[in-house]
Amino acid sequence: MTGPREVWVVLGATSAVAKAFAREMAPGADLLLCGRDADDLERQAADIRVRHGGRASFLSFDALDYGRHEDLVRQTLGFAAGARINLFLAFGDMPEQAAMDRDFDLARRAIETNYVGAVSVLSRFAPALEAQRAGSVVVVGSVAGDRGRLKNYVYGSAKAGLHAYVQGYRARMHRAGVHVMTVKPGFMDTAMTWHLGKLPMAMQPAAFASGVAKAVRARRDVVYAPWPWLGIMTIIRAVPERVFKRTNI
Amino acid sequence: MSVAPIRDELPAGETRAEAAPAARGGPWRETVLTGWGRTSRATSLAARPERQSALRSALQQAEGSTVLAYGAGRSYGDAALNDGGHALLTERLDRLVSFDSETGELVAEPGVTFKTVMEVLLPRGWMVPVTPGTAFATLGGAVANDVHGKNQESAGNFGDHLNWIELLTADGSIVRASPAENAELFRATVGGIGLTGVVTSLSLNLARVPGNAAAVTLKRLPDLDSVIEGLTTPHPGTPYSVAWIDALSGGRNLGRGILELAAPSDTPLPEKAARAKALPLDLPGFVLSGPTVRAFNELYWRRIPAGGAQRTVPWRDFLYPLDAIHQWNRMYGKAGFHQFQCVVPMPGAPAAIRMLLEALGRAGRASFLAVLKAMGRPGLGHLSFAQPGLTLAVDIPNRPGVEALLAELERLTLDAGGRVYLAKDSALSPQGFRAMYPRLPEFREALATWDPQGRFDSDMARRLRIREDLGREEQL
Repeated sequence: MTGPREVWVVLGATSAVAKAFAREMAPGADLLLCGRDADDLERQAADIRVRHGGRASFLSFDALDYGRHEDLVRQTLGFAAGARINLFLAFGDMPEQAAMDRDFDLARRAIETNYVGAVSVLSRFAPALEAQRAGSVVVVGSVAGDRGRLKNYVYGSAKAGLHAYVQGYRARMHRAGVHVMTVKPGFMDTAMTWHLGKLPMAMQPAAFASGVAKAVRARRDVVYAPWPWLGIMTIIRAVPERVFKRTNI
Repeated sequence: MSVAPIRDELPAGETRAEAAPAARGGPWRETVLTGWGRTSRATSLAARPERQSALRSALQQAEGSTVLAYGAGRSYGDAALNDGGHALLTERLDRLVSFDSETGELVAEPGVTFKTVMEVLLPRGWMVPVTPGTAFATLGGAVANDVHGKNQESAGNFGDHLNWIELLTADGSIVRASPAENAELFRATVGGIGLTGVVTSLSLNLARVPGNAAAVTLKRLPDLDSVIEGLTTPHPGTPYSVAWIDALSGGRNLGRGILELAAPSDTPLPEKAARAKALPLDLPGFVLSGPTVRAFNELYWRRIPAGGAQRTVPWRDFLYPLDAIHQWNRMYGKAGFHQFQCVVPMPGAPAAIRMLLEALGRAGRASFLAVLKAMGRPGLGHLSFAQPGLTLAVDIPNRPGVEALLAELERLTLDAGGRVYLAKDSALSPQGFRAMYPRLPEFREALATWDPQGRFDSDMARRLRIREDLGREEQL
């Protein structure tokens, strides 16, 4: 590869899908892993260095600590040292719906992490992205954001807001030559879903990561992972509200 | 631990097909785990931590129940199973934490497999100093079973190449153990079948190799005596040695086999991605009936010309021949199989091996190839398997009467002063175990120090009554 390697900034880097994505991109890029569990990020960055020999580092990052997100951009640009940056937003928070029904603070935390935190990060990185006139931004949304459901509507509404925000952000970045992609995962075989038992079509993080990498290369706008979820959500979205409100899904 | 149905909070509206009950709010999933031989199975509440802090908190949340780590599930019997208790799956703790390209020191998490280490570091001229016959095994499992490989005589066992291990112990603390530091814990953990805690990281010295290939010499040998002679004649130029023997031929052909001697080759081979085939279904029983296996063994033996052969092959083809077929264990059908492996000391080893093969022949057990090799060094762990002598490993399909055969093999092993390998075992008696593993008292002393309440437990430990004193009348 000629010139400086590009940089992938992974936010929420301790999740299984983020780890898998970092490993997937590591052969061709330097990695900056951002999250809250420093011990885990340090191990993950070391793992990438041992496996692929590239640069990998980590930063302490909290989606709710909006005041420090400007700093995050500055530190990222320092790490990149002129190389092209790309973003992978994987942080999120999914408390149980019933718990959020009882406790507004939980609901607020979920909304802020999934939506406000993402808006804060994306808006602050925007000038740098526009200035480099290249690169990709991958935002992990959720099929839950495609329709509000009895079982998960606070989380779903935050992701729906995120999807809408990213649609507009995509249009803005398009004008600067920056690619913005929304990924809507269905069931992932990760710690988030482990306790739910075996799920239908549960996707392995590594398969998710290679699918996302492929979609990035193809500069797709919106992808479902695994792809059959596009069909499932098309059907779920088509159910009339007067019927849907009676369902338990 | 209260087990209640969980509430649905899935990202989308699909109903779960076969969601198991799990402890609400905890990291648990009710899971059926099996040994590789598929004769032993256990239902446990399993957690699959993705980071160290999640592992520690899972142990905490399992308070009041027994716990055991479970790696790749490559132990054949019940060594890694904990029926009715909790299981900590280590597969997602798979980070390579550091590698020193001067000294070859690798620090890794327990769920890292031999396959990963070989794929990442063999291209840089380093390989695992000791490896079991499958690359799918984890490094954590290699500690717990103090595994050995085809270079046992010269390289010893897995534990001999460890600088240190870090262990999550019963009280929730992380303790470092090495030959110099907490040495008793180290000796109890290496080969200690998971009963002292969960390995959280380990430091292993890799070996330098000139390339990615092994130079293999193959010899076709007509009988047991010649195979044993081939294995026990010093072969300093070829540190790796193993013999595949035809356990079905009787009489003058008894123990005929193929001797493989290997050394690192200077000639590199082009890198080809391993293409594994999977056995998609359980084979019906008749496929492995006497005549078929006899015919297979005949062909396998005759594939090597009478004058022998020389080949340069990728390390994985030499070290892990069965890995080319994923889930080869399904070959033995639904009922599964036992693997029996013992080591018997010299000078009586040849006679003992002959008696073991004759017992297998008498029982008419259609077994695939049996593996015979020489061992040179004892293991450092209190419950390490290795000791100088000859080791025999053979698959035995699980059919009626298999218990009697395994009991007979146990007795013959015991009479020869040998021992049975716990990583393979599902049938050993508590009495036989005590006679074979004389350092059990030291092991139990370490358990009394590090896990006085017996939080770490397994089906094997309960079967062998590792934590109990046998009554006088129960002793051999």
